[in-house]
Amino acid sequence: MKTPGKILMQVLESVGKKPATLNYPQEKPPMAKGFRGKLKFKPEACVGCMLCTKDCPSGAIQIKKLGEKQFQCEIDLSKCIYCAQCVESCARKALEYTDEFELANIDRGKLKIVYSAQPPANTQPPTNVQPSTNAQPQDPTQK
Amino acid sequence: MPNKIRKLPDSGDVQVPIGPQHPSLKEPESFLLTLRGEKITAASVRLGYNHRGIEKACEERTYIQDLYLIERVCGICSHAHLTCFVQAVEEIAAIEVPKRAQYIRVVVGELERIHSHLLWLGVAGHEIGFDTLLMYSWRDREIVMDILADLAGNRVHYGVTTYGGVKRDITPEQIKDVLKAVDTLEERTKYYIELAKNEETIIKRLSGVGMLKHDDALRLGAVGPTARAGGVDRDTRRDDPYAAYPEMKFKVVIDDHADVYGRTLVRMGELMEAYSIIRQALTNMPEGVFRVRAPRRIPAGEATGRYEAPRGEDVHYVKSNGSDKPERVKIRAPTLANIQAVTHMLEDRYLADMPIVVAAIDPCFSCTDRLIGIKDLRTDKKQTLDWDNLRLSGIKWYQKRGVDFSRLNEKLKRSFK
Repeated sequence: MKTPGKILMQVLESVGKKPATLNYPQEKPPMAKGFRGKLKFKPEACVGCMLCTKDCPSGAIQIKKLGEKQFQCEIDLSKCIYCAQCVESCARKALEYTDEFELANIDRGKLKIVYSAQPPANTQPPTNVQPSTNAQPQDPTQK
Repeated sequence: MPNKIRKLPDSGDVQVPIGPQHPSLKEPESFLLTLRGEKITAASVRLGYNHRGIEKACEERTYIQDLYLIERVCGICSHAHLTCFVQAVEEIAAIEVPKRAQYIRVVVGELERIHSHLLWLGVAGHEIGFDTLLMYSWRDREIVMDILADLAGNRVHYGVTTYGGVKRDITPEQIKDVLKAVDTLEERTKYYIELAKNEETIIKRLSGVGMLKHDDALRLGAVGPTARAGGVDRDTRRDDPYAAYPEMKFKVVIDDHADVYGRTLVRMGELMEAYSIIRQALTNMPEGVFRVRAPRRIPAGEATGRYEAPRGEDVHYVKSNGSDKPERVKIRAPTLANIQAVTHMLEDRYLADMPIVVAAIDPCFSCTDRLIGIKDLRTDKKQTLDWDNLRLSGIKWYQKRGVDFSRLNEKLKRSFK
């Protein structure tokens, strides 16, 4: 029968149901398996082939040679589009993605993350340099 | 084109500009309507407010970087654009794509169609003031978004397709999850079809609005559900099958209403077909590799990719010169084919029908805006500009009007170094 208000039953059915939305940030949704979040770099695996910097569509990743078989990786989170092409391109599996997604920051400088095999001897190390012994990168949002 | 309301001296009609910034448009686009009272007597559309220079940018990046650029042509049909482009490149490089990869491409493509059509249903509901429908259809759309996030790692830019196959395989658990979600969605879609066929608000508001009959659809080159609602029996998935579509059994949904109501029914029918295609693809999925190696340098040649995106046929033309960067990329998004039909559909209708008529083709203006042609109105001289000159002429245009961007430009240049 063609009547207006056909959807009314649906509305009434939903009255008692709990809201479809989550109380974020108190409640956090589980991220999908294989979600492409913040990148992680393992300096000990890198061989400096530079394929990641060559393939990056947004120029977010830079590899510097510090010494014999020692490489430093600088990832600019403000440029990264989280496509994980660098993870695809890396033959040595030195790069991987994590499920971290809360990466917003007011300070632009904090969006640059440096993973270094060993801080260069003469220069002042950047504020958020990750030594190779500490595999977990520092999360600026969880301070 | 003057962007203010004016009265035409001879007929007494009033010209009203809608857009580029207007509450009823989701993206900037300019429509100029000539009104006699409440009725639209003539309409014209002006594209170009969303030009991003994607085709040119493709030529300056490698094929691998282009994957991500092409994907961002559109947020809703990202898989459609990407697969269309990749199919063209694979044709040039003569890459044999494994069967399993083709099946996965079909599954993701159909899931994307479900997501797009449910989104459209919500938008259409919103445009006719039926926001309850918007809330429910978008709630159900979350199911398919979650499934896509699970399969691809992201809700919007899936990045599944790559040269020579797909990036990720589908595990048996994921197949189970997808089949379960498809069952729920099918149940919901049946409800929406029943709603569309029985709810008088929808039928009365959409019937006879935005008429595009069979012959007009053909003449104006309409594609996708816009054309199929007018009885045009055309679908790239059947007419020029790609990926695993030759092995799928499905029917092309056509309708003879030729109005917005017909387009609603076609889209709902396509949802039901999409569920059946996904079930077929998942149950018959062949075993084997899902990716083969593709070269970084693509041999010289040219090819055209065709893909039935949720909004209609998408065409990508790629020309390669043997290097790792394409020489020319041309994108014909479905909205570009449908936009001429909109001006025809608006004629002789009321001004209040304009939002739903525009929304009925499911427009994506940022997909469409591709080219800047400069035409001097006084001398009628046409001119094409290269990238640097276009930038310089932009700076000069503003300088003439007292806005100096040269200092800002210097600052930007420094910050990007």
